[in-house]
Amino acid sequence: MSLLVFTGASQFSAVAVVADGGSTGAALGSAMLLAARNGVYGLAMSRVIGGSLPARLVAAHLVLDETTAMATAQDARRTQRAAFWITGAAIFGFWNVATLLGALAGDAIDPQTLGLDAAFPAGFVAMVAPQLRHRIGLAAGVLGALICLALIPFTPVGVPILCSSAAVLLGVPSRQQATAELPGTAGVP
Amino acid sequence: MSWTLVLLLAAGAYLCKLTGFVLVGGRRLPPVVERCLALVPAALIMALVANDTFSRGQDLVLDARAVGVGVAAVAAWRRAPIIVVLVLGAAVTAVVRRVAGGA
Repeated sequence: MSLLVFTGASQFSAVAVVADGGSTGAALGSAMLLAARNGVYGLAMSRVIGGSLPARLVAAHLVLDETTAMATAQDARRTQRAAFWITGAAIFGFWNVATLLGALAGDAIDPQTLGLDAAFPAGFVAMVAPQLRHRIGLAAGVLGALICLALIPFTPVGVPILCSSAAVLLGVPSRQQATAELPGTAGVP
Repeated sequence: MSWTLVLLLAAGAYLCKLTGFVLVGGRRLPPVVERCLALVPAALIMALVANDTFSRGQDLVLDARAVGVGVAAVAAWRRAPIIVVLVLGAAVTAVVRRVAGGA
């Protein structure tokens, strides 16, 4: 499952729904809601990756929270591309090896005791920090977070993060100058 | 966990990822779209952070994670390396959780 789906949040949600006795349809629905945000990442990353069709078909499988975050943390287009591929390869390897280990080791460790559930958001904060140093990036980040928090109680899991993409509309009225300063836009005229 | 489900999910997830690539391809986009796409990582990743920090399923909660991620955010702001930020976030959360007893 990790090899084929390779979208952590969707995998967890599908497993959770099935474990709770939910139907295949319900599991699929909730998992796809979580996977949908990768479509938005794909839009952003397609500017970075480019290249031949086969390369892009492989790249598409690696579009994730992590690869998007690491790529946008780089300044130049060339290092962004490198960051995307290296992160993608590293995660693909470790994610699948660790899934196997987890399946074998089972209940031996409790992720909560070690605070591992906070490691994800902590890591993402570090990766997105360069974006937040610019006023427009900070505004989009804060707005995205607020939209997400506001929707969490009212919508199915996965929908809030998807809806927070509305925050990118802040880019509509802004001057070209403002977003051109963001890391990840270097080289974009 | 049936194989049907796994395969359907794999196909669906890949289609989601591919959509963005195919839509844009190598084409040059209008400046206004470029400006918006430049904001995608900031907006979505911060939403992801908020989600992972303050929610359990559909419930908004304030627990040890908020402290851990808060400390991590300060460290990130002060340009600590990613691995330091990550370990700090997990460690602070674990300690607060231990001290607070469960939560």
